[in-house]
Amino acid sequence: MPGINYFYPEFEVVRNDARCIRCQVCARQCANEVHSYDPERDLMLSDESKCVNCQRCVSLCPTRALKIVKSDCRLRENANWEGDTIREVYKQALSGGVLLSSMGNPKNYPVYWDKILINASQVTNPSIDPLREPMETRVFLGKKPEKLERDENGNLKCELTPQLELSMPVMFSAMSYGSISYNAHESLARASKELGIYYNTGEGGLHEDFYVYGPNTIVQVASGRFGVHRDYMEAGAAVEIKMGQGAKPGIGGHLPGTKVGPDVSRTRMIPEGSDAISPAPHHDIYSIEDLRQLVYSIKEATGHKKPVIVKVAAVHNIAAIASGIARSGADIIAIDGFRGGTGAAPTRIRDSVGIPIELALAAVDQRLRDEGIRGNVSLVVGGSIRSSADVVKAIALGADACYIATAALLALGCHLCRTCQTGNCNWGIATQKPELVKRLNPDLGYKRLVNLMTAWNHEIKELMGGMGINSIEALRGNRLMLRGVGLTDAELRILGISHAGE
Amino acid sequence: MLAIDTSNMDFLELGKRLRETEEDTVLRGCLGQRFIAAGMKRRKLEIHGIPGNALGAYLDGADIEVFGNAQDAVGDTMNAGSIVIHGSIGDTAGYAMRGGEIYVEGDAGYRAGIHMKEYHEHLPVLVIGGKAGSFLGEYQAGGMIIVLGLHTDGPIVSNYPCTGMHGGKLFLRSDCKDILFPDQVTARPASAEDLKEIEPYLRQYCVHFGGDYASLIGSPFTVVTPDSRNPYRQMYVAN
Repeated sequence: MPGINYFYPEFEVVRNDARCIRCQVCARQCANEVHSYDPERDLMLSDESKCVNCQRCVSLCPTRALKIVKSDCRLRENANWEGDTIREVYKQALSGGVLLSSMGNPKNYPVYWDKILINASQVTNPSIDPLREPMETRVFLGKKPEKLERDENGNLKCELTPQLELSMPVMFSAMSYGSISYNAHESLARASKELGIYYNTGEGGLHEDFYVYGPNTIVQVASGRFGVHRDYMEAGAAVEIKMGQGAKPGIGGHLPGTKVGPDVSRTRMIPEGSDAISPAPHHDIYSIEDLRQLVYSIKEATGHKKPVIVKVAAVHNIAAIASGIARSGADIIAIDGFRGGTGAAPTRIRDSVGIPIELALAAVDQRLRDEGIRGNVSLVVGGSIRSSADVVKAIALGADACYIATAALLALGCHLCRTCQTGNCNWGIATQKPELVKRLNPDLGYKRLVNLMTAWNHEIKELMGGMGINSIEALRGNRLMLRGVGLTDAELRILGISHAGE
Repeated sequence: MLAIDTSNMDFLELGKRLRETEEDTVLRGCLGQRFIAAGMKRRKLEIHGIPGNALGAYLDGADIEVFGNAQDAVGDTMNAGSIVIHGSIGDTAGYAMRGGEIYVEGDAGYRAGIHMKEYHEHLPVLVIGGKAGSFLGEYQAGGMIIVLGLHTDGPIVSNYPCTGMHGGKLFLRSDCKDILFPDQVTARPASAEDLKEIEPYLRQYCVHFGGDYASLIGSPFTVVTPDSRNPYRQMYVAN
């Protein structure tokens, strides 16, 4: 293209030559080919223009000779036209392309979790020590009966519609085989089994090796219907219909053909090398009645034995949408906030569409209560839940459980360099290249996930104990346990909480 | 063959009855019950009357024959088996089907064959005897759609066929002079080689519904194929 198209690299490789022993680990480890060795001069060279700051070389350098720093070569400062904003214009002027990014919205929007504080007991209603006292973090997801019913002999009717039983109120959110690697999926599946929770296949089908983890698997049905067949739905503990995703509400997905190798092809049931295109809408769903039809076709195909989840992105009218879904026959609604991650999404959509999950959750829970249909469904929220404190706040705002994905990837080694779309993940997560996939050892990966969840579960119990609550059920929707700091009246009203000090 | 009188039976009851047995079954007096044969494995099912939406969704090997019309979403996400309709069908027939065969004697509504796909030895086939509505074969990723244009004077397919097509083949028994195809596909007269591919399915159509095979295969066909399996590759720039 005409014109000057040079960008000064975003990051710089700083190499301490006195420490560098020329072992070339950095060169071997970098799939982006930043590092190279010049034998004539006995020098390690760097091409910073290829660096994504994934920290792989830094983490594996045996002599701590490396660091990656943000370049201080900047465009002239401008509060309106920030460097990234200007560079994005250059990229589009050069390519004519739609900007494509990965992982969650990085922009400086309010994170309401960080403006909400949790209560604790003092003096009255004593706090509880989870090391001494039994604490219940188990939850059941699914439709709950409105009232007790008895048969003609006066015995309680105990038949419930299908439920998911979770040992703690956290599950691993949908990430497809294709967007993440075989070893990442194996880690998630094994961790879910050991923890007594669930992971989610995403829309890429279920690899034949992972059918054994079916009792801890949620299988997804999206608009592309990749890998969806009867045995797949039978294998899962629940079936999730994906209507939307927080990172890209209103649009579908495209897994590029380059990531559709033999194994992904077989699992997705599409030709090798072909783009896997998920259309934006389900082309047979134009109304809640149509959604009801898909819900019931799945229930009929699986003999009414599995709960059906409907996943939607948090958008402006989410309360009305959730009200419709709660009447569609779905057992669980999953709501994904606008900070949720993705393997690839158009930048403008990721950064400008959707609403924060905290506000969406509070609005939905309130709406379903007002309409007397809260018991029709369980609520699962994600996008993004970063810690056990976020989980506790979400439960108190009305969620039954949380979905986590970015946090789970971090546990597996992700350094949030946000370039998943390249397929060159140096940590073996967002890639299908065998030499990179093998870097993620599922024996270690699954243990790190188990560690993370075990730690969170203990923290959840500590926080509950502090409030004098010994069962997670007693925390759900208990907004009196929350206070806001630095929030406006409108924000407090939507969250349904008082300001700190009130 | 087990016979079930389905008049005055709701879809939940009918679904339960069908799941209770693996015998070949005939349904009489069918009146719009939805989800019939959802996920059904190998067996025969004969339906007299009009089945409701999502007939044979996720079908996994059963052979269904309907003596009457069928409604929307026939064979949605169908995996294997066959569905034969002695009549016409509603919208989104064969949505995302990736195996098995659907034969429709008459017309199909909107969005027939949307997102059909194939892999390895699995090749889905949708044969429409009459004409097809708008948006035929949108996002088609594999498999074969054949439209014969029998019993009709109007155009063989309505507006916007093949939008987003990136795999598979569409055969139209027409010279397609008046049909507007999108830029990313190629429409050309079918060669003798092309016609060999559809021969067994045309013969099967005649077995199901009668008709003269020689005159069918003797008429001009247009075959439509996508130009790229990766239509979105050039659209993006990494950010």
